[in-house]
Amino acid sequence: MRKVKSISDLEKWKKYIISKQKQYEMVVSVCGGTGCSAYGCQNVKEAFQRELRRKKIGEKVALKYTGCPGFCEKGPLVTIHPQNIFYQRVKAEDVPLIISETVQNGRRVDQLLFEDPVLHKKIASSQDIPFYRAQMRLLLRNNDLIDPTLIEDYVALGGYQSLAKALFYMKPEEIIEEIKASCLKGRGGAGYPTGKKWENCRKAPGEAKYVICNCDEGDPGAFMDRSLLEGNPHSILEGMLIGAYAIGANQGFVYVRQEYPLAHKNAEIAIKQARRTGFLGKNILSSGFDFDVETAKGGGAFVCGESTALIASIEGKVGEPRSKQIHTVTQGLWGKPTNLNNVETWANVPLIIQRGSKWFSSIGTEKSKGTKIFSLVGKVKNTGLVEVPMGITLKEIIFDIGGGPQNGKRIKAVQTGGPSGGCIPASLFDLPVDFDSLKQVGSMMGSGGMIVMDEGTCMVDVAKYFVNFLKEESCGKCLSCREGLKRMGEILNGITEGEGNGESLELLEELAQVVADTSLCGLGKTAPNPVLSALRYFRSEFEDHIQRKKCPAAVCTHLIQFSISEENCTGCGACKKVCPTQAITGEKKQIHSIRNEICSKCGSCKDICKANAVMVQ
Amino acid sequence: MKIKSINIIVDGTSMSVEQGSTVLQAARQFGIHIPTICYMENLSPYGGCRICVVEISNGDGRAFLDTSCTYEVKEGMVVQTQSQRVIRARKMLAELLVASAPNVKIAQDIAARMGLLKVRFKMEDNRCILCGLCIRMCYEQMNGNALGFSGRGVGRKVSMPFEKRPETCRLCRGCDYVCPAMIIPCQGIKEPGELCGKCTRFEEMANCCQTGTFGCFCEKNPL
Repeated sequence: MRKVKSISDLEKWKKYIISKQKQYEMVVSVCGGTGCSAYGCQNVKEAFQRELRRKKIGEKVALKYTGCPGFCEKGPLVTIHPQNIFYQRVKAEDVPLIISETVQNGRRVDQLLFEDPVLHKKIASSQDIPFYRAQMRLLLRNNDLIDPTLIEDYVALGGYQSLAKALFYMKPEEIIEEIKASCLKGRGGAGYPTGKKWENCRKAPGEAKYVICNCDEGDPGAFMDRSLLEGNPHSILEGMLIGAYAIGANQGFVYVRQEYPLAHKNAEIAIKQARRTGFLGKNILSSGFDFDVETAKGGGAFVCGESTALIASIEGKVGEPRSKQIHTVTQGLWGKPTNLNNVETWANVPLIIQRGSKWFSSIGTEKSKGTKIFSLVGKVKNTGLVEVPMGITLKEIIFDIGGGPQNGKRIKAVQTGGPSGGCIPASLFDLPVDFDSLKQVGSMMGSGGMIVMDEGTCMVDVAKYFVNFLKEESCGKCLSCREGLKRMGEILNGITEGEGNGESLELLEELAQVVADTSLCGLGKTAPNPVLSALRYFRSEFEDHIQRKKCPAAVCTHLIQFSISEENCTGCGACKKVCPTQAITGEKKQIHSIRNEICSKCGSCKDICKANAVMVQ
Repeated sequence: MKIKSINIIVDGTSMSVEQGSTVLQAARQFGIHIPTICYMENLSPYGGCRICVVEISNGDGRAFLDTSCTYEVKEGMVVQTQSQRVIRARKMLAELLVASAPNVKIAQDIAARMGLLKVRFKMEDNRCILCGLCIRMCYEQMNGNALGFSGRGVGRKVSMPFEKRPETCRLCRGCDYVCPAMIIPCQGIKEPGELCGKCTRFEEMANCCQTGTFGCFCEKNPL
């Protein structure tokens, strides 16, 4: 690996890498993201290696183990460049076929292509798949082109050019002005203007300053930051470098949570490579600017995503928030001015510097600019990572990109912003997604989790889940969060168990408001949001649980009863076999029945019954 | 050096206070009462009990609640210590506290002062209210470094390193002295009317408590 000492060096190196890459006629990209890893993409990659070696075409065909392209529902994903053929659900057994057909003869393998669910037509290129068509992939665009462990891949696609531009053609103040003009808002959740934060940090008195990248992504069902750091770590380093230069910091930290081993590993590799090539260290590109980055691993606490708790954790103290009257930009890490931004925010920076604030602010709505990555999960056909411009409606995300509901059920609500966000009912799905409009309806952008719920989801159960999650994750420092969430959990548990009474909702609301009002940090302040928004839009469901002792979605096991319809039962006996508590009785070919006193309400009988005879009330 | 004074309004009264003082200090200086639990003069403010919340507005039209023990005064700020929002919050906090530790005197006191007549939550019997006074006393005043919090959320507790009394603990009992939950029935009493009196005999003190309540320092039941 060579040392890059100037802009011309960088240009030369880029040309050299591109000329080297040209010797390959074809590139096979296998997704190595976490979702596909769970599907077994490691085996697919090894099969490709074996097959390429066996056919002796390794010199012409490059094999890349890339980051996540986002369509996790259909993993493991394989893309063949330059033809851009997109294969999904690839197994190791399919590899010889792909090699002999596509790689050697240029023919498509139809059974591995994505099939349009409506038109039943095979789609070859990823851009034509509905899931990708409505997206605007700026940050994720390179994820399936780059091997995150190779700095060369990043440089070949124009990497570190923004850094060179910033270091040699812009003053720090100009960079801050540019970021301010772009109206970039923090992607971590609160949406604080990034340029303003940088400016405050630059103006804060003190010699030593720090920049931190927050990759302590803990929201259930969210994995945007993880995929970015896993798939394109150099873009984040470049963003931090530009930010540090603008602020006047010489040391940075990437805080990765313990549960993200691959993200941590790829970040470490990227930092080592950047050091070796001279993008980190002393006198970067001979500009006189020094900067280095270290990684810090979290201990697995959700609250450490909060800036002051995160800083305490890096300092080696217990990860607990402190009162935030003095902002971290003036007194942060070790009492020094510290600028902390989320992974996605940092990844936006090189783009803005490269293409200008005008271009960036042309995307999005009046007050929210650029794109946002959401992790679309829950009861939709296509789950995965989606990057969309701000201002797109929820309907477009859920129905056009997500493909609508599974199994023909009706979609009831979407939960945005993770445990700090709220539920938005289907009646508001025309809402444009941006920071302000989400706040208006009682939810928030958050870091970008988006959980879709259909009629089979009980809103009381959802509220209970989030409150209990936060109860476990509360650090316990302040009374309102520690005790308040515990009591809210108790009340909600009571409601789902049929013990709610007339006062329950009133007390729950009052308590939720006080917890939001008096908690120390963002965790407690936003914790009641799921409950309050569920109460606002789905109050009748709570009332059904309390007054009628019924769960309309048939989820809360204490409030439901299984029975077998005499009309539909064929007496096949399948339910009897599968019942774990032997609660089902009945002779073969006779109508079966369920003894409710020993039924554990697991629902296995309903799942297995082909005659649709098991009913839930 | 001349100390700068800051003008603020508390409960409608204009006052001029030293720069760098907290809202709580300013209010107390002028005889305005704000209840506190985890606050003690000469220990660093902690902001854990939240009982001392006041309603603050900095002139931007946005009022919010924050703990007066940690909030420094700013020029022109308007503070309300008895607004409806504050009272509602304090009442709920008192209810949460007394439901969790009904046998702790300060919890009862605060509840009584808030005019609380009924507790709507399931009662528990915790001894420690996690105010952290003992820890700060040990660390900041006694240089003992023997106490700290362990666990998270509802599992949080005061403990010694690895649940063992470290050598740095000199049994000074500064922690006992500041503990607002220490007024509990003496565990040493065996018969009605009998007093154990061990608290007064230093050499026996380390083993006086048999049930491992907060004041216990014996090796068998540390804390």
